[in-house]
Amino acid sequence: MANTFYGLRLPSALMLGTAQYPSPAVMAQSFRESGASVATVSLRRESAEAAGQSFWEIIRELGVLILPNTAGCHTAKEAVTTAHMAREIFDTAWIKLEVIGHADTLQPDIFELVEAARILSNEGFQVFPYTTDDLIVGERLLEAGCQILMPWAAPIGSGQGLINEYGLRAMRAQFPDISLVVDAGIGLPNHAARAMELGFDAVLVNSAVARADDPPAMACAMMRAVEAGKLGRQAGPIAVRDMAEASTPVIGKAFLS
Amino acid sequence: MQISINGTVHDVKATNLDELLSECGYTTDRLATAVNETFVPRAQRSTTELTANDRVEILAPMQGG
Repeated sequence: MANTFYGLRLPSALMLGTAQYPSPAVMAQSFRESGASVATVSLRRESAEAAGQSFWEIIRELGVLILPNTAGCHTAKEAVTTAHMAREIFDTAWIKLEVIGHADTLQPDIFELVEAARILSNEGFQVFPYTTDDLIVGERLLEAGCQILMPWAAPIGSGQGLINEYGLRAMRAQFPDISLVVDAGIGLPNHAARAMELGFDAVLVNSAVARADDPPAMACAMMRAVEAGKLGRQAGPIAVRDMAEASTPVIGKAFLS
Repeated sequence: MQISINGTVHDVKATNLDELLSECGYTTDRLATAVNETFVPRAQRSTTELTANDRVEILAPMQGG
């Protein structure tokens, strides 16, 4: 069902990543400013200094839902194994499924993605698939058991915004009852607002906040943008016209010429 | 015997995965393990025997987008 995330209604439509902040303190402050209720995290080799445990303590104190990813995986097998490990560490059935197919664009390998989604869904995972705006791939992911689709707006970290708005609008129309999240490519608050105006259920942002000059300020801007876009959608925008339509009444205008 | 742990070869005395974690100082539960690219759940670590040249991965929470 749209606007739910495997049965959960989230208090905020903004999801926030945890990577690339200048410091843990800035990350924590950014989360507080964003109002985000979901944090994406990853798994990496534990260091001798137990850096992973320190990071976990910071995340735990944020009091947000955890969405582990399979970032960096290139095959279904690798992603499935990573998901198994993530479930044990984070004690959640949620998994943001990423299977990367192209080194430069980080475009998902949709064939491996669908295969991994099927395996994980059958095992009880609640899969958030990082995908493209391809409608047929979306259909396949839903058939595989996904209840959410997370299309990219643009390549990860590129900040280009919604480079194929038509494709995202078509997804909303094609899947009216499925929760849709824009995942990747957001650079500015207006990008996030636009995604919400299109009827998306949430926006996931990381680089645009973490790499901003002032991450907490950008986090706050993204939060307001998401809320504005969502409210604008709910308010019912006017239809776009080619020609002007006077807003000031014509009746009662003085004859002065 | 020699075991690869997170990509670095170590000479260890441990004979199973649980012992390996203890020997290498991994004391927290907030870890996940794999041996030779296969996930090993926490409950199976003590019964997962190691052999020379096994490749062990020990993963922990990390920043991610």
